[in-house]
Amino acid sequence: MATFLLELVSPEKLLLSRQVEMATIPAVEGEMGVLAGHAPMIVALKGGIIRVRENGAETEKLFVAGGFAEVSPERVTILADEVTPLPQLSRADSERKLAEAETALGTVAATDAPEKRDAALIRVLSAKAAVDAAEAA
Amino acid sequence: MASLKDLRGRINSVKSTRKITQAMKMVAAAKLRRAQAQAEAARPYAERMESILASLGSAVANMPGAPRMLVGTGADKVHLLVVVTADRGLAGPFNTQVGRLARARVRALEAEGKQVKILTVGRKGAAFLKREFASRVVSEVSYATKKRVGFEDAEAVALTIAEMLDQGAFDVCSLVYNRFRNVISQVPTEQRLIPAPLPEGGAVTTSGPQAQYEYEPTEEEILATLLPRNLAIQLYRAILESAAGEHGARMTAMDNATRNAGEMINKLTLNYNRTRQANITKELIEIISGAEAV
Repeated sequence: MATFLLELVSPEKLLLSRQVEMATIPAVEGEMGVLAGHAPMIVALKGGIIRVRENGAETEKLFVAGGFAEVSPERVTILADEVTPLPQLSRADSERKLAEAETALGTVAATDAPEKRDAALIRVLSAKAAVDAAEAA
Repeated sequence: MASLKDLRGRINSVKSTRKITQAMKMVAAAKLRRAQAQAEAARPYAERMESILASLGSAVANMPGAPRMLVGTGADKVHLLVVVTADRGLAGPFNTQVGRLARARVRALEAEGKQVKILTVGRKGAAFLKREFASRVVSEVSYATKKRVGFEDAEAVALTIAEMLDQGAFDVCSLVYNRFRNVISQVPTEQRLIPAPLPEGGAVTTSGPQAQYEYEPTEEEILATLLPRNLAIQLYRAILESAAGEHGARMTAMDNATRNAGEMINKLTLNYNRTRQANITKELIEIISGAEAV
């Protein structure tokens, strides 16, 4: 099967850079599977799981808290905010983060800018996704 | 002339200073390696971010209502300088050279009749600039108590800047820091953050087939989240480069100090031996002339 170059980078390091057959990425408007030769796109990501497929089998699952992906026919670059390989995602940790995010949302007043509210909401949703992912793992 | 006892004291004190500077040099070398690795690890993200921003930015920059972080407020009255220095001294000219550049910029801008605000990252820069421009310093950040500076620290600073921009507290924002060229050379550099500098030739890339991206969600929405991240990553990069530079500068400074201490010890030892011999000779002369007189 045709392959493309998948690059996964977080601000702290380059996590993945190799040829894969398919990557499923959690775009804000729904999950999308990317194969080689995809039309060029720039998408924003929400909290969710990136699945990597090579040699006909799913080889890696990683949780991202959000970020962007640049898709072009021969290359996909994912700029992730925070990446945790699924086996290392701890449920207690993600639940603690969810609680933090929820209290942060609670402190946003109705008079605050809507962007601020959105940001807090996005944080809660992403933390929720982390808890779900940890549970499923 | 100094007595033998004084000389011995001085030699000992220089020797213990040399031990300290040598140890500091070793520590700086170890930390430098770590800081350099961290700075290198952050590079891919910053590069990819730049290329995405370049393709997006040139598409949106000419639209009305483009985000302020990209095009600025349109005015050029109030400048915010973000000055990144180290938290610790004893690193040669490392902190002073950034301080000097920042001071020159403040003076130049004020001479043009512009208002200047200063945000410092690192204790040394704050101390340096407060001497002269205490009224302009709006905020200071220090990582002195932290072992390792993470991305979230840079993000917090970026958030403060974004909030100030929202409140219209400044029009133009620049970053002043030590760029890490190599271990022995750090270059004080100024870099503009807001309005975001778009790479020249942005128009060229839009004509190529590569640039025909689809966006999901819209360009504006992506930009709205991308720009603050870009700000954070630029800061993060500057902080990491500055950290690597700091250790490099300290290593060089301490290496020089160790060498100087060695030279000093040699000189003092020579002096000590000469004095000792002179004393012996003097005593001998005294004894001999005493014996002759009898």
